Amino acid sequence: MARTYEPVIGLEIHAQLLTASKLFCGCSTDFGKPPNSNVCPVCLGLPGALPVLNERAVRLAVRAALALNCSIVETSIFARKNYFYPDLPKGYQISQYELPFSEKGWLDIEVEGRKKRAGITRVHMEEDAGKNVHGRGGDSLVDLNRAGTPLVEIVGEPDLRSSAEAAAYMRAVRDILVFVGVNDGNLEEGSFRCDANVSLRPLGETTFGTRVELKNINSFRFVQRAIDAEIARQTVILDGGGQVLQETRSFDPESGKTASLRSKEEAHDYRYFPDPDLPPVVIGEALVEEERAAMGELPSQVRRRWVDELGLTEAAAQTLSQHPGYVRFFEGVRAQVPGLEPKKIANFMQTEVLRGAVVQGQRVSFSVSEGQLAELLTLLDAGTISGKQAKEVFALVEGTDQSPKAVVAERGMEVVSDAGELESLLRDLIARNPKQVESIRAGKKQVMGFFVGQVMKATQGSADPKVVSELLEKLVTES
Amino acid sequence: MTITRDDVLRVATLARLDLDDDSLDELVHELDRIVGYVRKLDELDTSDVPPTTQVAVSSAPLRPDEARPGLPTEVALREAPRSTPEGFRVPAFVDET
Repeated sequence: MARTYEPVIGLEIHAQLLTASKLFCGCSTDFGKPPNSNVCPVCLGLPGALPVLNERAVRLAVRAALALNCSIVETSIFARKNYFYPDLPKGYQISQYELPFSEKGWLDIEVEGRKKRAGITRVHMEEDAGKNVHGRGGDSLVDLNRAGTPLVEIVGEPDLRSSAEAAAYMRAVRDILVFVGVNDGNLEEGSFRCDANVSLRPLGETTFGTRVELKNINSFRFVQRAIDAEIARQTVILDGGGQVLQETRSFDPESGKTASLRSKEEAHDYRYFPDPDLPPVVIGEALVEEERAAMGELPSQVRRRWVDELGLTEAAAQTLSQHPGYVRFFEGVRAQVPGLEPKKIANFMQTEVLRGAVVQGQRVSFSVSEGQLAELLTLLDAGTISGKQAKEVFALVEGTDQSPKAVVAERGMEVVSDAGELESLLRDLIARNPKQVESIRAGKKQVMGFFVGQVMKATQGSADPKVVSELLEKLVTES
Repeated sequence: MTITRDDVLRVATLARLDLDDDSLDELVHELDRIVGYVRKLDELDTSDVPPTTQVAVSSAPLRPDEARPGLPTEVALREAPRSTPEGFRVPAFVDET
């Protein structure tokens, strides 16, 4: 009989730090430049070139570690990780090994309403390798623009128990890093990617099974599919009485399967040793405190504040705290209309504003300004326009610098709440439709809809249906 | 002898060095002497001494994050045996790291 297995999963995430220049040289980190145009003797690995550490990279790395609840190690060391690869010109990658700059963090995730705390072993700094293009007539091409780009590697504890948890964890790390201004969260351009260690053990067992490392997963969907495929593969092996081999595998999204890259026997022997070109990194208390301050509120803190103090729903708080730009926009509008219920801003942002919002890394471009939205919501709140009209006005001012107030005035969209005008309209309708009036009097309330509809038509939608209904009821019963 | 032929062969493989028998024997001999020399340190009690990797500078100097031009692409590619405007040309390989 097939046994039930428990998956044990830990992720290693690589995230690019948002610096202007590389980790150890002044070359630009701009993405999408012509191949090998952002290179110099340091990142090309030319003899005699010496690395000098980028201060901002250190600061952003510290900020990332703090946001992931890690403690900062005052003195850390850069080590050389030695291996030969075409995209690694020096023959070694500068990374941190025995003494990383931060360790022992955690992150709370939520999967299907269940909260869980996932441990983080360490966060360390390292440089990226170059980019390769394959399939050019028996050759591969190497572009070293990316070589030397600053990364943090976030090593997670093997605390995750399903592919859904792994995807939630990956997302949570991405959101936090984008939130604190460390990473652009761009999976397509490779500035955020992960490897997954996956093993199975019989349910109830406490020791770990043999793990397989899945390399270079660059989408949330793939992380889930890759892990599911690997769990299925290992289950078949274990059910058949076989043993899982320790190896590195890659996921092919087209076949939906993982394939072996190399076995344990072929595993690299990296011969790490402290890089003699780089003195120890000393991260002082002052720098740590500056980055803690720069980090500001974390998404989880923003959500708690919004729910507890502003009365937003968990779902609304979740949606609006997905990007720091959303938070700034919401808070910006709130500051302009302090009297307005925050819930109303949140609702309108979710249903209308976010649809026209375009996220690009750290930036969000909105189709309206904070000022336009504040003005529009003020008109709505004052009853000058109806909810339906607010949406229309929103669509009209999107992508323009027009004032909602001016648009409303121009189009005569103010809600007709002038009882006199509505009354004369209704009296006229009542006189012309005696049959329908009789029905209402006989208790057929649904016929009232006919009158309300006629009034809305006559006022081009600018009447408040509720006011019309009330007035109609009064007129029908009195006459 | 503390360094064996196998040790040297293993390091040679990792370093992609193809050694003939003569140079292998020579390296075994030389490395053994070097390691033996360093081993002199074992005569001292270093249990209270933190590992030291640097003596010249106590902490890494930091550089402001300012991008500046590197090498012109044609200069960067000039010494490569094979290159195209799209990159350094190398025998086909698979991304695996």
